[in-house]
Amino acid sequence: MSAPDRTTGAERVLRLALPLATLVLAVAIWHLVVRIYAIPPYTLPGPVLVAQTMVADWSVLSTSLVATLVTTFEGLALAIAGGVGLAILFNLSRLLEFALYPFAVIIQVTPVLAISPLLLIYLPQQGAVLACAWIVAFFPVLANTTLGLNSVDHNLADLFRLYGASRVQVLFRLELPAALPHMLAGIRIAGGLSLVGAVVAEIAAGSAGAGSGLAFRIAEAGYRLNIPRMFAALILLSIAGIVIFFALSGLSHLLLRRWHESAVARDR
Amino acid sequence: MGPVFEDDRSLQAARTLGKRHVQGIVADTHLGQPRGIALSTSASSSRSTAGPPLVALRNVAKTFANGVEALAGLDLEVRPGEFVSLLGPSGCGKSTALRLIAGLSEPSGGTIAWGRGAAPRARDIGFVFQEPTLMPWTTVARNVAVPLSLRHARAGDAAARVAAALARVGLSDFRHAYPRELSGGMKMRVSIARALATDADLLLMDEPFAALDEITRHKLNNDLLDLWQALEKTVVFVTHSVFESVYLSGRIVVMTPRPGRVFKELAIDAPYPRDERFRTSAEYAAACRRVAEALAAAMDAAA
Repeated sequence: MSAPDRTTGAERVLRLALPLATLVLAVAIWHLVVRIYAIPPYTLPGPVLVAQTMVADWSVLSTSLVATLVTTFEGLALAIAGGVGLAILFNLSRLLEFALYPFAVIIQVTPVLAISPLLLIYLPQQGAVLACAWIVAFFPVLANTTLGLNSVDHNLADLFRLYGASRVQVLFRLELPAALPHMLAGIRIAGGLSLVGAVVAEIAAGSAGAGSGLAFRIAEAGYRLNIPRMFAALILLSIAGIVIFFALSGLSHLLLRRWHESAVARDR
Repeated sequence: MGPVFEDDRSLQAARTLGKRHVQGIVADTHLGQPRGIALSTSASSSRSTAGPPLVALRNVAKTFANGVEALAGLDLEVRPGEFVSLLGPSGCGKSTALRLIAGLSEPSGGTIAWGRGAAPRARDIGFVFQEPTLMPWTTVARNVAVPLSLRHARAGDAAARVAAALARVGLSDFRHAYPRELSGGMKMRVSIARALATDADLLLMDEPFAALDEITRHKLNNDLLDLWQALEKTVVFVTHSVFESVYLSGRIVVMTPRPGRVFKELAIDAPYPRDERFRTSAEYAAACRRVAEALAAAMDAAA
């Protein structure tokens, strides 16, 4: 993972303990503020009430969590397929790259929040949500994979040429492995963005009704002034984002640990 | 198969090498060897470098797209079985010459003719770059196997060749290691093993030891000479080190600064095998002086 391995044992404990302590402290302050000022739950629910809501509404929330996670992973899978696929096509054909790359950038720089209402008009809701997740997530995969494919050691490329490697051999045996660290960095970013895309689309879909993701629950609970459920859903979304990030970081570490400097442990 | 030597190769050698002292060419006593020829490698002999050239560059020029003239009017013959060094200052086009021979680059003028009438087949060339140039994502054995697997060699056959090549460079125990786990010298050995894997006749080496420390470099110099003698390769060795070129080569081609061409060819007559005693001999010192003077003259001629 990104934490350099020069940390000693004590430092490692602190790295885990300090953020946890900060979290506990913040929750405690939250609790006290709500208590002392007797803030009503429809303005700011306390952490205890949020936890109770989480348990009480678990059947609704867990279904929504699964729905959002499915969208996120489908969006991520499509983003990886689309990003890597386009990067390979661009690598094989310069003309295709010239023709399409600007539009990939345009899709990326246009705020997805502005695109999503249109998508909801033209696509079925689930399709629109998925499209949003894909739109925000595919570009980092495309950009990073392209960078990786173009970063092949020139001498290695010459070596492959010397031994008469075909274009396909160069792609699969040289360029794609060389691009893997970049690709994984892009995928790690894309995981978080895919969740963002799913949430944006669910919120935009709002009262459309059929949606059942966590962001939809937040919007729905907001309309009903069910603030504790908003918090509970928000916390679940946040946890989902964290888990996705660590899962993808772990995957990256697993694939690179034998050879890439970013993942290799060093003795000091 | 190896190059086919002329029957009267002693004569050829005398003719091609002119003033060079040729000795120790013996009759074909090792018929079992794949080349069908044999060269004496006894202590008293130089390697024969007889016969028609393996590859001949005639009036070769190379100008890059950015207008840089790397080579102009380069004439160079590489003879079967010889160890020839291209010596010159940085940027004199010696690496470019090597890449032209390898077919990695096309000359802008002149011709490159191959002794056997055919264009170079990849199998006949092993290339060793200045850096080890290994794929970091895979093991030593798989790196060495790359030239074989790219040509879809049979797996069993390839495994045997890889094992043999790794044994040649003394790295059999490291076949499952990843490149990053090896020292600089070991990485370079892997790179050499890879060049040997296809049993290429011609080894092109582009300043392979320049980045290594002196002790490692000397060790690898000796090992390379052993390999060259045992396997009867032809080696074209690019270097900017007078000492290294004298230690290794039978012939040194001194090149001028850019645009590179041949300034002078010098024969190093000291017999093979050479070892550390040669490094401290008066003969070595004298040869180094001769070569260094030629190199200095090449620089002056260009200035």
